[in-house]
Amino acid sequence: MKLLYFAWVRERVGKTEERLDPPVGVRTVGELMAWLAKQDEQHAYAFANAKVIRAAIDRRHVPADAAIAGATEIAFFPPMTGG
Amino acid sequence: MSTTIRLQREAFDVAAETAKMTRGRTDIGALVTFTGICRADENGEPIAGLTLEHYPGMAEAEIARHVGEATARWPLLAVTVVHRYGRIAPGEVIVLVATASSHRQAAFAAASFLMDYLKTRAPFWKQVETAAGTAWVDAKSADDIAAQRWSAPRRPPRRRTAK
Repeated sequence: MKLLYFAWVRERVGKTEERLDPPVGVRTVGELMAWLAKQDEQHAYAFANAKVIRAAIDRRHVPADAAIAGATEIAFFPPMTGG
Repeated sequence: MSTTIRLQREAFDVAAETAKMTRGRTDIGALVTFTGICRADENGEPIAGLTLEHYPGMAEAEIARHVGEATARWPLLAVTVVHRYGRIAPGEVIVLVATASSHRQAAFAAASFLMDYLKTRAPFWKQVETAAGTAWVDAKSADDIAAQRWSAPRRPPRRRTAK
């Protein structure tokens, strides 16, 4: 699946997007963040405080317990500060 | 209902945007505009400017969803939302929310609702330029509280029947 990162999550991961296929046991957005944190030092840094990170599946906000099955695009970002 | 939603890098002219909403119409009796402008300070520190990052595709969709919700809640005749991204200097416009209705209450309420939701739900992130370097702006809990006031009151927890 396609993963997108924005703002400081992007800076910490060191890339704007990547394609990764998590193992079958990773079922929710929260589990995906925990799995990403184990990938390498940069992901570990980005997802160290996963509680503050927001997520969107296919461009819609979702909570951490949302299922990732069938997702094309999952984005991770800090709380929004537009307007 | 006529709706304009635009994301752009360039500055824009608020008067030109609102003129487009009312031109040739005689049913609009109230037009409310909110213009967000870049200040030269953030948390008391001077800033040279800010850069707005956004999530292309989702930002438009999220704004459109909230415009749809505003339209369902209030009798609006026209809505315009213009949000900039990229670098913005102090004194420049960042965002415009303009709502038109036959009467003022709907226009005021809808503009306020849209701004509160833009702040907390539209995928934009501000980074400011300070003397010490660049820094991401922290989300403010006051903005979350402002957005929450538009949510329907929570239903009280269902009482369990004793068996």
